Amino acid sequence: MKSKLILRKIFTLLKVQYSNMLEYRVEIALWAISGIIPFFMLNIWTNNNLNESINISDVMLSRYFLCAFFVRQFSVVWVVFSFEEDSLMGKVSPYLIQPLNPFFRYLAQHLAEQITRFPFAIIIAFFFFIFNPDSIWIPNLDILFLSIISTFLSFLIQFLIQSIVACLCFWTEKASAIERLLFIPTLFLSGLLAPVASFPKYVKSWIYLTPFPYLIDFPANLLSGNTTNISGGLSMQILWIILLFPVFRKVWFAGTKKYTAMGS
Amino acid sequence: MNKNIIDVKNLSKSFNIATKEPGLRGTIKHFFKRQSKSIKVIKDISFEIKEGEIVGFLGANGAGKTTILKILCGLIYPSEGSILVSGNLPFKRKENFLKNITLIMGQKQQLIWDLPPIESFYLNASIYDLDKFEANKRIKKLSDMLEIGDELFIPVRKLSLGQRMKSELLAALIHEPNILFLDEPTLGLDINAQRNLRKFLQKYNQETNATICLTSHYMKDITSLCKRVICVHNGSISYDGKLDLLLNKLSPIKEILIICRTEEDAIKLENSGFTIKNKTKNEITIKVENTFITSSLKTILNNFDIEDIYINEPPIDEIIGKILIQKDYEI
Repeated sequence: MKSKLILRKIFTLLKVQYSNMLEYRVEIALWAISGIIPFFMLNIWTNNNLNESINISDVMLSRYFLCAFFVRQFSVVWVVFSFEEDSLMGKVSPYLIQPLNPFFRYLAQHLAEQITRFPFAIIIAFFFFIFNPDSIWIPNLDILFLSIISTFLSFLIQFLIQSIVACLCFWTEKASAIERLLFIPTLFLSGLLAPVASFPKYVKSWIYLTPFPYLIDFPANLLSGNTTNISGGLSMQILWIILLFPVFRKVWFAGTKKYTAMGS
Repeated sequence: MNKNIIDVKNLSKSFNIATKEPGLRGTIKHFFKRQSKSIKVIKDISFEIKEGEIVGFLGANGAGKTTILKILCGLIYPSEGSILVSGNLPFKRKENFLKNITLIMGQKQQLIWDLPPIESFYLNASIYDLDKFEANKRIKKLSDMLEIGDELFIPVRKLSLGQRMKSELLAALIHEPNILFLDEPTLGLDINAQRNLRKFLQKYNQETNATICLTSHYMKDITSLCKRVICVHNGSISYDGKLDLLLNKLSPIKEILIICRTEEDAIKLENSGFTIKNKTKNEITIKVENTFITSSLKTILNNFDIEDIYINEPPIDEIIGKILIQKDYEI
């Protein structure tokens, strides 16, 4: 009975947020198009033959950046901005006195947005293949399934990191400024601009101790068929979620004690 | 005898507020060294509210009424004191407590702006673990009570303020809470919408025996809904008791305008011992203490030939206005 109620809650949340996201379909299409930074990076890499230095063929590099684009599309997180606005405007107050943590609403918003974004991402991929016919490949079902799991885990890691930063709103009111500090390492160390394999060995050993390479690099390598340690990568993703979740809970409970319900 | 559902003892709440001196010097100083001071917005207040009571919180802007409601519903932490709301510590925000309360803020909304209200109702229903059948039943019942129909299927952004407020109420009441915290629920509504909302709240209270804590700057909300008021002045309670008693205390005398059939009757009435405010031909205005209104009217009707009588109620806004600027009312 309890699990049925939870399932209904999840389903209704997703359904309502999906209906809401469909109202913003043009905006979401533009966001999807704005995420084509991996294709620019691909162009820079191939035009300068940079892939030779890391022993990746042109085709594999094309696939990597296409997969990086896909992973980014389905793991993009903006909860810090939504929560900051809602908390400063007092919109979070009604949610706080409901028997559901408000972050579930934001989580459902993100998932619904991903569903809305899916067809636009497919269209962009279609055009990518028209211009790069050599890159066309069909990943086997096992790899596809593991890649979807890995992308979802990447999304959860980013969601948890941003949620922790978002909770700092209870103290600083401008938590998004702190998120900006994380943007630079995310951009450079996640594999969005360059595969992590291209970094010097001693830098790589440090990067792999952070959550960043598991956000884009690992799932993109997995999906594109590049050599990667699947079980190690998935384990590290799960480990980061296990580490981040209690931090989020602690910051959340400490923060709500500080909440002043301003703006309402 | 109804039991206490809200029990507040020696409640205080302080906020840290950042301060800054004016001018460039102040700005630079503020940049390098932030200064803040602790302001006590609620000062050692105690009160009890019984199940089914409708209590109005009165006070000027910034007096602390809304802060009290926010503490009672568990939105903000108290600094000192103890609070029990239906046996729970509100700030713990336990599920069974949250399922029993609701907070409606006149100037804030929880409905999803771009979707019709019905979507938000279903969402709230699932959050409160109601199945679809029960949700539909409650939506039907509440929409009948609130007199909303087609509006349920129109995006919130297209609704008028009154329609939106009704929908907000429905969303906030779908889980049938026992305790309602209403912070200026009629803010910005026109006279008819205000009246309908008051009627609804009265009916809801009668049908469910729900406890209602209400703040409002519209005195009609308070006078038509609340028998008891708690006056808050600078974070302290300046009066807690029956509204009637307070009004009698502040305005103990009523004026009665009597229109006599003849001028002779008016002269006779003038000399019969009543306190006269003014007299013109056959019209005479007398001042009578509230406690003697009935007996005075009886005497006048039995002894004089009267054409018409008007009892002038003192303007309630003026009376309540006095409360907002004074510190203590001993009744």
